[in-house]
Amino acid sequence: MDSYKLQVLHISKSFPGVLALDDISLSARKGSVLVLCGENGAGKSTLMKIINGVYQPDKGEILIDGKKVHIRNPIQARKMGISMIFQELNYIPELTVEESLFCGRLPTRVGKVDWKTVRRRTLELLEKENLSYAPTRRMKDLSVSDIQMLEIVKAVSIDASILIMDEPTSAITQREVERLFAKIAELKARGTSVIYISHKMDEIFRIADDIAILRDGKVVDARPRDEFDIDKVISLMVGRKLESNFPKRKVEAGAEAFRVEGLSVPGVFKDVSFHVRAGEIVGFAGLMGAGRTEVMRAVFGLDRFASGTIRIHGKPARVASVQDAIAAKVAMLSEDRRRYGLVSVRSVRENVALSSLRKFIYRGRLHGAKESKIVTDICERMNVKTPSLSTAVEALSGGNQQKVVLGKWLLNEPDVLIMDEPTRGIDVGAKYEIYKLMCDLAAEGKALIMVSSELPELIGMCDRIYVMCKGEISGELPRDEFTQEAIMRLATGFERRAREAS
Amino acid sequence: MSGIGKARFSWSTISRSYSIYLVLLAMIVLSSLINPNFFSGENISNVTRQISVTTILAFGETILIICGLLDLSSGSVLALAGLLSVASYKVTGSMAVAFAVAIGVAMLCNYLNALMVTLFNAPAFIATLAMQEMARGSALLFTKGQNIYQIGHYTTVGQGSIGFIPIPLLFLVGLFFVTWYLLNNTRFGRSLYAIGGNQEAAKASGINVNGNKMAAFLINGLFVGVAGVLFMSRVNAGLPNGAINYEFQGLTSSIIGGTSFTGGVGTAGGTVVGSFIVGFLNNILNLANVNSYLQQIIRGAIIALAVIYDIWTKNRRTRSLVRGAAAK
Repeated sequence: MDSYKLQVLHISKSFPGVLALDDISLSARKGSVLVLCGENGAGKSTLMKIINGVYQPDKGEILIDGKKVHIRNPIQARKMGISMIFQELNYIPELTVEESLFCGRLPTRVGKVDWKTVRRRTLELLEKENLSYAPTRRMKDLSVSDIQMLEIVKAVSIDASILIMDEPTSAITQREVERLFAKIAELKARGTSVIYISHKMDEIFRIADDIAILRDGKVVDARPRDEFDIDKVISLMVGRKLESNFPKRKVEAGAEAFRVEGLSVPGVFKDVSFHVRAGEIVGFAGLMGAGRTEVMRAVFGLDRFASGTIRIHGKPARVASVQDAIAAKVAMLSEDRRRYGLVSVRSVRENVALSSLRKFIYRGRLHGAKESKIVTDICERMNVKTPSLSTAVEALSGGNQQKVVLGKWLLNEPDVLIMDEPTRGIDVGAKYEIYKLMCDLAAEGKALIMVSSELPELIGMCDRIYVMCKGEISGELPRDEFTQEAIMRLATGFERRAREAS
Repeated sequence: MSGIGKARFSWSTISRSYSIYLVLLAMIVLSSLINPNFFSGENISNVTRQISVTTILAFGETILIICGLLDLSSGSVLALAGLLSVASYKVTGSMAVAFAVAIGVAMLCNYLNALMVTLFNAPAFIATLAMQEMARGSALLFTKGQNIYQIGHYTTVGQGSIGFIPIPLLFLVGLFFVTWYLLNNTRFGRSLYAIGGNQEAAKASGINVNGNKMAAFLINGLFVGVAGVLFMSRVNAGLPNGAINYEFQGLTSSIIGGTSFTGGVGTAGGTVVGSFIVGFLNNILNLANVNSYLQQIIRGAIIALAVIYDIWTKNRRTRSLVRGAAAK
């Protein structure tokens, strides 16, 4: 028992009207990885915020190394060796690597920053962690995974013995995930306790020593990894058995709905050609930075392209703005719903109606009753859970927010629906609902494009997959040739190098 | 299973949505107790006359702030538009021409504001600050710094009454309905809220961001033009140095009325109430013979309180949302 680094015992926390955490007890062993999983809203974030000192528990206690502690704020938590890496990385783009590493604790001499020491210690740290950036590089020039690595380096440099990571892989690619996992293994070996929050089954089982499952503010099960399997974890998380992971149906593909030929933006992507037929779900795989999102933004009129043509239903189409794309019955669900999908402070009603307001306008006047009815219908079809239509969307969970964005586009009755990372950051139950909706849409004869970094969902959902690598389409795979290995070979450029060599 | 609930009745939402109206009510009651003259027809009509110009400016500011813009030039543009309007009235003797000139000039200035913002991506703060200087300078240049007197029947609009209702109040009510209708019942209004709430998302939803910003400035110009006529008419002169800092009074009313400077939030009703709160406050302080310097300090303190309250409720709301979401 004395090898427990961190224990939370009988923690309860309620907020006005809701019991967020209900008698939670968990333990993290020294030098091991405890994976916390649960649907969005299960209470994981609240629990982590209590451990990090952001919230105070109503009941219960926290023990570090067997001693009872009171963590009043994050600064105190840091002093106790607790460090947290948030899902959305917090960094200041203009700071340099060294400034960022020592931000808030720059060593001084007679009130003046001692830059020599900063440089020396930065170099030491980077060398120790095998990272090769110049200390003067600006944060904004680093990739997401580099920034994440630096956050970890920073946590290590302040002697964090408990490291909390909230869905660290939601924005990085497979290769970068490998790098992260290698780092976690190293930290474990040094005796650090890692608490790792994730939705992704494959990584949970790769990395966990212990798994704890939260649902509705309670720990439903917690034990060593070996006593779990994937189906069991999923069913414990959602509290019900999923019918199957992907509700894929066989749909006879119809006429060509969308074709892009020779699309280029110098320095971003080159000579991209693809097509989608009615009733098809076509996937786009690739590593982060391969140019998938950029291609989709260009064909949707959000960014300009230098050359290339777009054909919709066989006819050449001019898409110079989002308005053009909407008029041509093309819709796009963005990868970043907070930034490009939602007006958070406004209501569900306003968000759903946003891109089809013309439907509710009679002689310049917005017809409120008709709007309410249509928005209600679409929310019911999407199974959006919201207190009311006038609730601000910022109050909804991630999955429901995504359904609101999707509802907004379905209201436009698009023929072509581009979905960029449609299930990012949403829980298992909502994911399944979105998959099901995609299959229904395909069966109705819509043409779907799905960009995703999660290979299992591409393989499970798509009829064909295009793979992009460094701004070019490096291959196209039909459904019977889908394997993770085949996709990864194309995505990493392995295939092309092999071809060029021969 | 339907996932959409009915909006629930709760005292906390009521007090949040209507707190500003309660403040106004409390103020009226309190003021009547302090000074019996306060609630006289004459005093109330006086106050409405005084605040109508700044309230109309506040409508324009509300529309702009909702979509993430603002106008620092409205006081100066008001002066320029009003001055040219007075001059044209003296030549033609036509009130219609006077209105047309004022509105035309103010809309032109706001068209330029909008061009700076949409075409050259200038922040509205800087663009309208530049316009503030240019418009004021133009007004002073036009009369070589002199005031225009003997403006004849031009004064009717600002000083007259229909029955016991002051004419400026009619303009205030009319433009209130214009603002309310635009914000609540048009595609334009919805687009403004979306642009101010999240410009990137509005753009990605197919909303013409620049077109709507242009329209917002032009409507602001319309309001500033009308305010220009009312102002010059009420002061019975063409004053190139008139209405200095009126844009800030408009902004104050708008902010006290619950318009959020972060964009995407604000109402026409709140703006009127905010404006009346400021107007009644000035009035009661005057009636109670409070030192005018002290009055200024009190006004400043109230703006600070309004902003603190706005941020405080927002934080509390966000926190309770986070909790709500965490509990679901």
